[in-house]
Amino acid sequence: MIQFLNLLFRNRLAGLGAGMLVLILLIALITPVLPLPDPNITATADRFMSPFSEGHLLGTDHLGRDLLSRLLSGTRLSLAVGVAAALIATVIGSSIGIVAGFLGGRTDNIIMRLVDMLMAFPYILLALAIVAALGPGLNNALIAVAAVNVPFFARNIRGVTVGLANKEFVDAARLNGMSNGQIIFSEILPNVLPVIVIAMSTTIGWMILETAGLSFLGLGSQPPQADLGSMLGEARAALITFPHTSVVPGIMIFLIVMSINLLGDGVRDAIDPRLKSGALSRPLPATIVERKEVPPTPDKDLLSLQELRTEFHVGERVYKAVGGVSLKVNKGECLGIIGESGSGKSVTALSVMGLVASPPGKIVGGTVSFQGKDLVGASYNELRSLRGDRVAYIFQDPLSTLHPLYTVGDQLIEAMQAHRSVPQKDAQARAVELLEAVRIPNAAQRVKNYPHEMSGGMRQRVSIAMALANEPDVIIADEPTTALDVTVQAQILSLLNDLRRERDLAIVFITHDFGVVAQLCDRVAVMYAGQIVEEGPTAAILDDPQHPYTKRLMACVPELGGGKRELHAIAGLPPAVDQLPQGCAFAARCEFAQEVCRQGGIMLEPKGERAVRCLFPVNADQIEVTL
Amino acid sequence: MNALEVKDLTKTFEVGKTLFSRGLGVKAVRRMSFEVRDGETLGIVGESGCGKSTLARMLVGLLPSTEGEIKIEGKVQDKASPREFGQMIQYVFQDPISSLNPRKTIRQIMETPLKRLHGMGKAERDKRISEIFASVNLREEFLSRYPHEFSGGQAQRIGIARALAAAARILILDEPVSALDVSVQAQVLNLLADLKLKFGLTYLFISHDLAVVEAVSDRVMVLYFGTIVEVGPADAIFKQAKHPYTKLLANSAPVVGRPLEAPKQKGDELPDPLNPPSGCPFAKRCIYATEICETIDPALMEMGEGHFAACHNPIRG
Amino acid sequence: MAAYILKRLISAIPVLFGITLIVFLIMAMIPGDPATAILGAYATPENVAKINRDLGLDAPLFQRYFIWLGNLFTGDLGRSYSLNRPVLHEIIERFHATLVLAGSSFVLCAVFGILAGVVSAARQYGWADKAITFTVLIGISIPSFFLGMVMILVFAVRLRWFPVSGMYAIYGGGDILDLLRHLIMPALALAAVATGVVARMSRSAMLEVLRQDYIRTARAKGVKERKVILGHALSSAMVNIIPVLGIQAGFVLSGAVYIEMVFQWPGIGRMLVDAILKRDILLVQGGVVFVAACYVLFNIVVDVVQSLLDPRIKS
Repeated sequence: MIQFLNLLFRNRLAGLGAGMLVLILLIALITPVLPLPDPNITATADRFMSPFSEGHLLGTDHLGRDLLSRLLSGTRLSLAVGVAAALIATVIGSSIGIVAGFLGGRTDNIIMRLVDMLMAFPYILLALAIVAALGPGLNNALIAVAAVNVPFFARNIRGVTVGLANKEFVDAARLNGMSNGQIIFSEILPNVLPVIVIAMSTTIGWMILETAGLSFLGLGSQPPQADLGSMLGEARAALITFPHTSVVPGIMIFLIVMSINLLGDGVRDAIDPRLKSGALSRPLPATIVERKEVPPTPDKDLLSLQELRTEFHVGERVYKAVGGVSLKVNKGECLGIIGESGSGKSVTALSVMGLVASPPGKIVGGTVSFQGKDLVGASYNELRSLRGDRVAYIFQDPLSTLHPLYTVGDQLIEAMQAHRSVPQKDAQARAVELLEAVRIPNAAQRVKNYPHEMSGGMRQRVSIAMALANEPDVIIADEPTTALDVTVQAQILSLLNDLRRERDLAIVFITHDFGVVAQLCDRVAVMYAGQIVEEGPTAAILDDPQHPYTKRLMACVPELGGGKRELHAIAGLPPAVDQLPQGCAFAARCEFAQEVCRQGGIMLEPKGERAVRCLFPVNADQIEVTL
Repeated sequence: MNALEVKDLTKTFEVGKTLFSRGLGVKAVRRMSFEVRDGETLGIVGESGCGKSTLARMLVGLLPSTEGEIKIEGKVQDKASPREFGQMIQYVFQDPISSLNPRKTIRQIMETPLKRLHGMGKAERDKRISEIFASVNLREEFLSRYPHEFSGGQAQRIGIARALAAAARILILDEPVSALDVSVQAQVLNLLADLKLKFGLTYLFISHDLAVVEAVSDRVMVLYFGTIVEVGPADAIFKQAKHPYTKLLANSAPVVGRPLEAPKQKGDELPDPLNPPSGCPFAKRCIYATEICETIDPALMEMGEGHFAACHNPIRG
Repeated sequence: MAAYILKRLISAIPVLFGITLIVFLIMAMIPGDPATAILGAYATPENVAKINRDLGLDAPLFQRYFIWLGNLFTGDLGRSYSLNRPVLHEIIERFHATLVLAGSSFVLCAVFGILAGVVSAARQYGWADKAITFTVLIGISIPSFFLGMVMILVFAVRLRWFPVSGMYAIYGGGDILDLLRHLIMPALALAAVATGVVARMSRSAMLEVLRQDYIRTARAKGVKERKVILGHALSSAMVNIIPVLGIQAGFVLSGAVYIEMVFQWPGIGRMLVDAILKRDILLVQGGVVFVAACYVLFNIVVDVVQSLLDPRIKS
C-alpha cells in the first residue's frame, strides 16, 4: 500500500489531481458549517448580481439565490450522486463479469448476449428510456447512469476473469481441493481487484459527467434542489446576458472531472505499470549510442565486433547485458553463439544492426565493423541501407515476427523494394523464386497466404526467404528453431546449412543447444553473464572444453542414446547482470575458483585458434565432475 | 499393481459451436489405452498437437473425458470431484511462474492442499511445510515471499513442493523443465529423481525433448495425432524404433557428432484435425507407407519384449 | 466477403429483437394505467378506449409486446399526441438533422483523433506528445454542454463568427454554406470528447504495436521509418482503433442530445428530451428503438471494415 502511494505520488500530475480532489471534497464536506446563505432562498430584488458583490462572492442567479452557496451544495450533490452511481455500477457489473467469466459455458453465453444487447444502445438512449419510464428525478437519473454502466464493467471484468480462469494456478487450486466459490474469492478476486479499481477510477469522472448531463437536460435533480448540472441547465437561458451564472458551475464540473481523471490515470499507472500509456516506451528506429571511451578502429573483416558493450538503463538500475564482446565472422563461415537465457547472446546479435529496443537499451562502447566500416557510429540512414541488404536477420518465433496483416508475398517484395526499385511484376516473380529456394511446395499459391494460414515450419521458411531476398553477405539467426518441433527443426537446420554452402553466406547462429552448434557451426563462442568465456573451432571446444563453465554446461545436457541416468547439474544461478561480481562471473558456481578469480578483470586469453577467459582453465578429462 | 490404468480414453472438442449448430468434433485424444505401473516413470513424447497436454489434464480430472475410463490406484476416477483424487494424483505445470498465484505468499500457496485436502491444523501444517521444503532444498525464508521474486528453477521447486504437500503418490509432470535453462533443468530433474526414491512416487513425465525423456524414464510412450504410435522400454524405444515416426523423431534430434542432414520424410504437416484421414495418420509423411496404410488405421501390436507399435510396416532390426 | 456480410446481418437479428424487448420492458415499468400514461393530458375516455384497442393495452404483457412488434414491422410506431402526427414521420425528419451533426462530429473525431494519436506515439515524450496529451486531458474532462456554451459566448456573442444556434438561418438561409456556418460550433463541441478518447486509444495502440516483434522485423529488413510507422504499425493499430471508433460513434450519438439542447439543433436528441418532459411515451419508445437499430447497423459496417483490414477474422 505504501509502495502504491509512493508510486502514485511520484507522478506529479496524479498528485495535482489528488490535491485538487481532496480540496474539493474538503470544501464539500464542511459546506454545512460554513457561514453561507441558504442556497434555496430566493430574493427577486437581487437577481443576477455579478461576482464579488457584497455578501455574494460569486454573485446571484436568476432568482437572486447566492451562487457560492448553491455551487457548494451542488458540488456535494453531484459528487454524492456520481460516486454512488459508480459504486453501484462497479459492484453489480464486476460481480456479473466475474461469475460469467469464471463459470463459462452456457451461463457465460447467455449473460454476455444480454450484455451485448445492452451495449448495442448508444448509452444515453438507454438512460433516457429509463428516466422516461421512471420519471425525471435525481434518484432515477442515478439509477439510469448506474444501469447503463453495468454492461461496461461486466464485459471488461469478464474478459479479465476468463484469462485468469484458464491460468495454471487456478487449475492448481482445483487440484488442491478448492471449491468454485473458494477459487473465486481467494484466487480470482485478488487478481481482478486491481482491474476493477482501475476501471472504476478511470470511469468515475464519466459518471459524474453523465449524471450532471441528465440534470442539465432537466431530467435529473428537480427544483429547488440543484446539482451542478441543473444549475448549468437553469442558467442557460441567461447565458448571453449573464454568463457568470453558467460559467461558475461549468468550471466546477470541469475541475472535478479533471482532477478525478488525473488521479484515475495515476492510479492506473501505479497499479499496473504495464498499462501505463507512458511506460510503454516505443523502441526508436535505431539503438541509442553513448560511447564514452574512444572506440577501437574498425576491422577489415566481413563482420567484426570489438569490445561491444550494450546496457539497459531502467530507472536507477543498469543491466550490463553485453559486457565487452569481440567476435568476427568471415565469408562462408558459420559462427555459433551459445549461452543460457540472460547470457547476452541475443542482445549481442541485435546490437550489430542497432536493433536493441531503445529506450531502455544503449550501446555504450566498442565497435561493430562491417567490411571495415563502423556501424555503431553510423547514421540511421547508413544503418538502414545495410539492414536486410547486406546483413539480414532471422528471429525466433515466426508467428510474431511476420506482420499478421500482410501476405507473405508482400512482405518478401517489401524486403526487396526497401533497397532497390524493382518493378512489381519482377518482384512478384522473385518472391515465388525465393519461396522455392527455401523449399516451400506450391510457392506460386503460397505467396498469397497470410502468415496465420501457414504452419510454424513454413513461416520460418518464409523468414529465411525474406532474409535471402537481397542476397546478403551475413545472416544473423537468433534462435530460429527454438519455437519449432524437433522434426521441423531438423529440416530448417539442414536448409540453412545448404543455403550457406550454395551461397557462401556468413551465418551468426544464436542458440542454447550444443547439438545444433555441433551440427551447423564452424566456430563457437560460449557466453556467460554478458561475456564470451570461451571461443574456438566447434570440434575443439566440444572435445576439450577449457572453461569450467563450458565443461559443466555440456555435462548438464542429456544426449539421446545414453539411457536412464543421473544428470550433472551446476549448482546455483547465473548472476544478475545488474549486480555482476568483481572478477569472474562464474566464480561463485565454480569448483576451481580461487581468491584471485574474484578480483579484477580476467581477460579472454587467445591460444592459437582458441581463446578462454579463465585463470585456471581445465584440460580435457582433468576434472571428474562431482555432484 | 498398476498406479494408473487408462482404457479407450477419448477426448473430442467441439469447435465452431454456435447457438444454432452443433459444430464439428475434433478428436484431440483418440482411444488411448495404457497403464502405468506402481513406482515407474512413464515418459510421454510427442510434438505439438499430439494430444499430450489434453491427456494429462484428463488424467488429473481438470478436463472431462468424452469416452473411456481412468482408474487411479484401482479406483475409477470420478469426473465430478478432482478434490478426492487430488490426494492420489497431482500435477506439476510447465510454466512454473504462472502456476503460482501472483497475489499469494508461498506459505499461503503451500497451505492450500494441507488445509483443503487433509484438513490439517495450523501447527501441523507448519511442521509439514518445513519437512517438504527441506526435501526440495528450499529455504524456509522463501515462505513469506511472493512468486515474482523467484527464478524459474526456484518456482518450479515450489510447484513440486506443492504437489508433494497433497501427498499424492502419482505425479503428472507436464514439461516440467522445458521453461528452464539447461543448467537449472538438470538440478530439477535430479531433484525429481531423488524425491521419487524417497517417497516411492510414480511419474508420468511429459516432454518434447527425447533426450530428457530417455534419461528419466523406465518406459516411453510416443504420441502422434492423438494416438499412441509406440510404447516400449526407454533404452530400446529410440535405439530400436519400430514405428517410422519414432525413428523420424530420434533422427531429427540434433546430436553432437552426427552430420547435419534432415531425415527423410515426405511432408511435415499434421493431418487436418477437422478432416482426419481414415488410415494411419502418419501415412502422408511416411516413406514406408503402402496402400493398406491409407485405408486401415493400425492397432498397437507387440513387437518385442514389452515393446508395442501401431504400424503396418514396422522397421525390423 | 458477401458471405461475411450476410453472416453479420443474420447475427444482428437477435440483437435487434433484444433491443425491442429491452425498450418494451423498460417502458412497461411505467407505473399506473399505460393508456393514461401514454395519453397524459389527452386522456379523454374516447382516446383511452381507442388507444387500448389500437395497441392492445388491456392484453397481457407478452401479447402486448407482439402487437407492438407487429406494428413496428409495418412501420407503425404509433402517434405522438403532443405533436399530433405519426411518430415515424417526426423521427425521420429529426434523425436527418442528428445525422448531419453526429456524422460530421464522428468524421472529425476519427480523423483528428487518429492523427493526434499517431503523432503522439511517433514523437513519444517530445513536445508534440506533451501538447497533445495535455489537450486531450482537457478535452475529455470538459462537459460537452459547457464547452458548447463557452463556444457560443466566445465565437458567437463576442467575436460574431458564427450564429448562436439553430441549423439554418430563419431568413434567407437554407443553402449548404448556411448549414456549414451553423454546423461548425456544435460539431466541434460534440467531437471534443470523442477526439480525446480516440487520440488516447490510438496513442496506446500505436505504442503497443511498435513494441511487437514484427516491427523489429520490418526495421531489420531496412524498411524506411516513415513506412514502418504509417504502414506496418498503423495498419496493425487500426485493428484495435476501429472497435474504439464503433464505440465512440455511440458516444457521439449520445453527446448529440446535449449539444442539440445547447445549440437548439432540431435533432432527435432534443425531440427525445422534450418528449420525456411532456410524457409523450410513444415518441420516446419509437425514437429510442429507431436510433438504437441504426447504431446496430452502423456497427455491422464497422465490423465489415474491420474484416477487410484483418484477414484473420474471416477464417
